[in-house]
Amino acid sequence: MLALFYIFIAVAIGVSFWQITRILNFRSVIATDKDNNTQGKLFLVFMAVFYAMMIYCLIALNVIMLPESASIEGEHEDNLFNITYWLIGVVQFLVQFLIYYFTFKYRGKKENKALFYTDSHKLEMIWTLTPAVVLVVLISYGLWQWNNVMDLSNAENPLVIEVYSKQFKWEARYAGNDNALGRGNVNFIKGINTMGVDMTDLNAQDDKQVTEIHLPKGRKVIFKFRSQDVLHSAYMPHFRAQMNCVPGMVTQFGFTPKFTTEEMRQNEETIAKVAGINKIRKAKGEDPYKFDYLLLCNKICGASHYSMQMKIVVEEEDTFNEWLAEQPTLAEVIK
Amino acid sequence: MSEHHHKETFVTKYIFSQDHKMISKQFLVTGIFMGVIGVFMSMLFRLQIAWPEKSFTIIEAFLGPHQTDGVMSPDMYLALVTIHGTIMVFFVLTAGLSGTFSNLLIPLQIGARDMASGFINMLSYWLFFLSSIIMVISLFVEAGPASAGWTIYPPLSALPQAMSGSGLGMTLWLVSMAIFVASSLIGSLNYIVTILNLRTKGMKMTRMPLTMWAFLITAVIGVVSFPVLLSAALLLIFDRSFGTSFYLSDIFISGEVLHYQGGSPILFEHLFWFLGHPEVYIVLLPALGITSEIIATNSRKPIFGYRAMIGSIIAIAFLSTIVWGHHMFITGMNPFLGSVFTFTTLLIAIPSAVKAFNYITTLWKGNLQLNPAMLFSIGLVSTFVTGGLTGLVLGDSALDINVHDTYFVVAHFHLVMGVSAILGMFAGVYHWFPKMYGRMMNKTLGYWHFWLTLTAAYGVFFPMHFIGLAGLPRRYYTNTNFPLFDDLSDVNVVITMFAILGGLAQLLFLANFFISIYRGNKATQNPWKSNTLEWTTPVEHIHGNWPGKIPEVHRWAYDYSKVDANGEYIHGEDFVLQTTPLKDGEEPS
Repeated sequence: MLALFYIFIAVAIGVSFWQITRILNFRSVIATDKDNNTQGKLFLVFMAVFYAMMIYCLIALNVIMLPESASIEGEHEDNLFNITYWLIGVVQFLVQFLIYYFTFKYRGKKENKALFYTDSHKLEMIWTLTPAVVLVVLISYGLWQWNNVMDLSNAENPLVIEVYSKQFKWEARYAGNDNALGRGNVNFIKGINTMGVDMTDLNAQDDKQVTEIHLPKGRKVIFKFRSQDVLHSAYMPHFRAQMNCVPGMVTQFGFTPKFTTEEMRQNEETIAKVAGINKIRKAKGEDPYKFDYLLLCNKICGASHYSMQMKIVVEEEDTFNEWLAEQPTLAEVIK
Repeated sequence: MSEHHHKETFVTKYIFSQDHKMISKQFLVTGIFMGVIGVFMSMLFRLQIAWPEKSFTIIEAFLGPHQTDGVMSPDMYLALVTIHGTIMVFFVLTAGLSGTFSNLLIPLQIGARDMASGFINMLSYWLFFLSSIIMVISLFVEAGPASAGWTIYPPLSALPQAMSGSGLGMTLWLVSMAIFVASSLIGSLNYIVTILNLRTKGMKMTRMPLTMWAFLITAVIGVVSFPVLLSAALLLIFDRSFGTSFYLSDIFISGEVLHYQGGSPILFEHLFWFLGHPEVYIVLLPALGITSEIIATNSRKPIFGYRAMIGSIIAIAFLSTIVWGHHMFITGMNPFLGSVFTFTTLLIAIPSAVKAFNYITTLWKGNLQLNPAMLFSIGLVSTFVTGGLTGLVLGDSALDINVHDTYFVVAHFHLVMGVSAILGMFAGVYHWFPKMYGRMMNKTLGYWHFWLTLTAAYGVFFPMHFIGLAGLPRRYYTNTNFPLFDDLSDVNVVITMFAILGGLAQLLFLANFFISIYRGNKATQNPWKSNTLEWTTPVEHIHGNWPGKIPEVHRWAYDYSKVDANGEYIHGEDFVLQTTPLKDGEEPS
């Protein structure tokens, strides 16, 4: 019924428009010199507002952006991002200026004559070649970095962790002393064997299933991703890491943690961001928030997609080893 | 050729019409209707994003009793974003934009009596109508419409156990889209055949207005890529209903292992994006074509770099078919493929830059007539640049890792294809309204509509980039489960306010549009003093477009402000119709 009420309101608005337009002169249809003048000036005004908005966003929203990369591999990504970010920023400010300023400057007048100017090879070469050259630089750096991140074949003594996704939670398994993961398949899912590990596989015996991910600082970690049901995406934004989890196949991603959780909490950018968050939380009467690394789901996976997360802790190697030693092996848990 | 005087009934004239002008109006009105639904949905889910799980009577009113106490459920949220995307991309910006203006302008601007096949043209509209009806019906299915995102990745979209929207709602979605593809395909074939074969005497390919080039190339991309979406949809229907395993393998859901073996969801992603990416240009190129025409006309200047513009349209079209993998950098696709797609993707920046600079140079030293259509076209150039630049971040695989599927992407594609294309569509409506309805739209309402729309567009999508750079994934019902994102709430409130402003501003357009159909000022034959052929036809629509012979064309479409050696207009005015023969000693441009 309420919908009818809203539709009624819409109709009422429509009718009032009809009435307003009776008063408005529907004869005025083509821009006159006066319109050109007003609209041309409005373009200048809009440009000022638009630039103010962009500058405000760049400054005021800087604090909400992610803090610096917490992985070694991510450093170059931050570099490349900064280069691209400033480059497109400068181009944006210049080009928008041309659009709005020309519209204002050349607003039409009866006595003016437009310049008959059909093409210029020189100009067109300039704006074909300049972007091309800039792109060569961006593409080269980008591709170098892409190979840098995606090529895991040369990693020395990496820590292997399997991340398993399902509606709507994450599970993780460490490869154990042999650093080799036991086979996994949905057919083995039964009872507490929630990750579907094949317990007849010798590699599986010393694997360790955990409820939060711990990582040693400074050691390369290779994640192997599997999914139980639908597509998920393992997103660890602070490490500049993301990879989809695909049912029926194993995907992988790797990085080397650079800062422990504790160190990251002391990071200037993190402190500023957390202060902002806690100001808002305080106003709402919520407990203060303490920074933690997170693994979140970044591929639509169903109704509770928005709550799928797992905590990640980065610590010094010895603390990490102690923690891992405390975790029971699968052979101990699954009899 | 003699005039045909068919006996026309109401049905043949207004419903099953084979006249391209009527069909174009049918496309436009259906597109506007779908657009109202799509935009309204976005306003509803923006309420949820700004004020999570708050009760709104408007939500209770429109989304029904399942939304307890007016609080939107997560299922409903996902359904809304999914159908918003589907409707806006396909029904508004593909059929509504390309269907309207290709139909209206192709015969008129190349000098043809009608489309090559009027019957197929009619069929194209009615298939589109049918698919719209099915899509709208899917909104009323008990378990909800499709809600796996507009990209409908399986297994989520394939398994009814995975989400409530993947039941009957998804089936209807697929059926609707299959019919839509059929409509789009036969429409596109008709456009191509008409442009290639039915040009009037003297209308060489290199004399065609850029709108024609844009529509031609758009139709070619459509013919190349839409069939692939059809096969993707058919295979998904097989997986859903007949137990095949094209996309599915090793799945354990709702407590049981499913029988599917050996399929790959990545196959679906390849097939989907083989259309999905060219689709961006299917949406955008017609808008750019319209803009080229309107900017030249209202600048009273030739479009700068005509041949370069054609070259870049073709280059963009070609590249658009080999870049689909940039949507899949982190899907588990081979990283080497990622390198290739990064390379091809970033190349698109070159023809895009050429187009943007050519528009700007066309404005330079013009005599700009700032009609509403011109404002929308300039707005398009502005949003196209803003949105296009962030493509340099997303197209670079190394950077995409961290912004993939975040709000950064949402901001990018809304600006570069959503807002730009819709601005182009509005520009087209304001410009060719006199050709469609024989009346003019009101300019004051047009100005208000433009400024509110542009302000809202930037107010919504500029700050949204930063939310993405904060790492917030898209398609989250709410981010309250992550204290990490608590500082984004204020920004989200501001964005929602701009979204509501933008939505309401469209009421101005609707009022202007529908009132002008009946009460607008009567149009003159060539109100914008344009060069192109459509303005040589009579204001009153007739079958066959021109009462006598189809006029012959003697020059390109852009002889605006052409002067002789003394600086006087060669033909006495600042425009020269394409039908005007060259004067003695006049150089062809």
